[in-house]
Amino acid sequence: MDKTSKGIQTLSTHCSYKTKFAFRFLRSLMKLKKQHQPISSSSSSSMELIHKRSQRIKMLAYSSIAHAAGPRRAWSRAILFKLQSRARHHYFTRKRSSLDSKTKQKKILKNKRVMRNHNIIRAGSTSRVTRETKQMKKLREIVPGGKEMDICSLFDETAHYVKCLSMQVQVMQAIADRFSK
Amino acid sequence: MSSRRSRSRQSGGSRITDDQINDLVSKLQQLLPEIRDRRSDKVSAAKVLQETCNYIRSLHREVDDLSERLSELLSTTDTAQAAIIRSLLMQ
Repeated sequence: MDKTSKGIQTLSTHCSYKTKFAFRFLRSLMKLKKQHQPISSSSSSSMELIHKRSQRIKMLAYSSIAHAAGPRRAWSRAILFKLQSRARHHYFTRKRSSLDSKTKQKKILKNKRVMRNHNIIRAGSTSRVTRETKQMKKLREIVPGGKEMDICSLFDETAHYVKCLSMQVQVMQAIADRFSK
Repeated sequence: MSSRRSRSRQSGGSRITDDQINDLVSKLQQLLPEIRDRRSDKVSAAKVLQETCNYIRSLHREVDDLSERLSELLSTTDTAQAAIIRSLLMQ
């Protein structure tokens, strides 16, 4: 108990990405646990419940990491935008107001009109990366918000995204180990 | 016609130099666990990008597995432990 309280003290003083994420994620996990008390007795329904909750936990994890990274990064902004629009869409489909979802779809399609020419490097340059390669296209699909970035920001954002993702996995692993003891 | 347009946009905006791209690719290379351990400087940019895609996909898969595990644990963990964690977070 002493070790953990000392650990919490350092949490409040050093607010790095890791501690911000861990704090936020743990808090939302505890809130989730409070909401859903285990009541089901049959195994099949509890498996479904567990799977549904794991989807929720995954969204919480990505939301926590995006908030911890802050709005200064394009990938975190893209994640937050996606989560917010998903929540809004969920709310609107529940309310069955088709007008709002249609106007929102139009907005999203407008943003997708990408400047496809900003990746073209001067003809005749002898760099090893002169055009939009297959790997770059794949990277754009994987990294959140990658479709609208130029090459430099794409690489920069990818590096930061990889760092934060590996940190997220590390923290989640530690939490799971802690819980399973 | 399109090449002329792109060239004019190129001179107007920020020019992407080769050194810049090489720096970024080597920075990515340092983050990948496999290539970093192999300690070779002759990895091509395409390979770095390919390994990055694979690494990101494997990290996504790990997040999925860990969320499943956490969901199971959340249902079985006892309330005393959860209460301790909650009280520590409230401080």
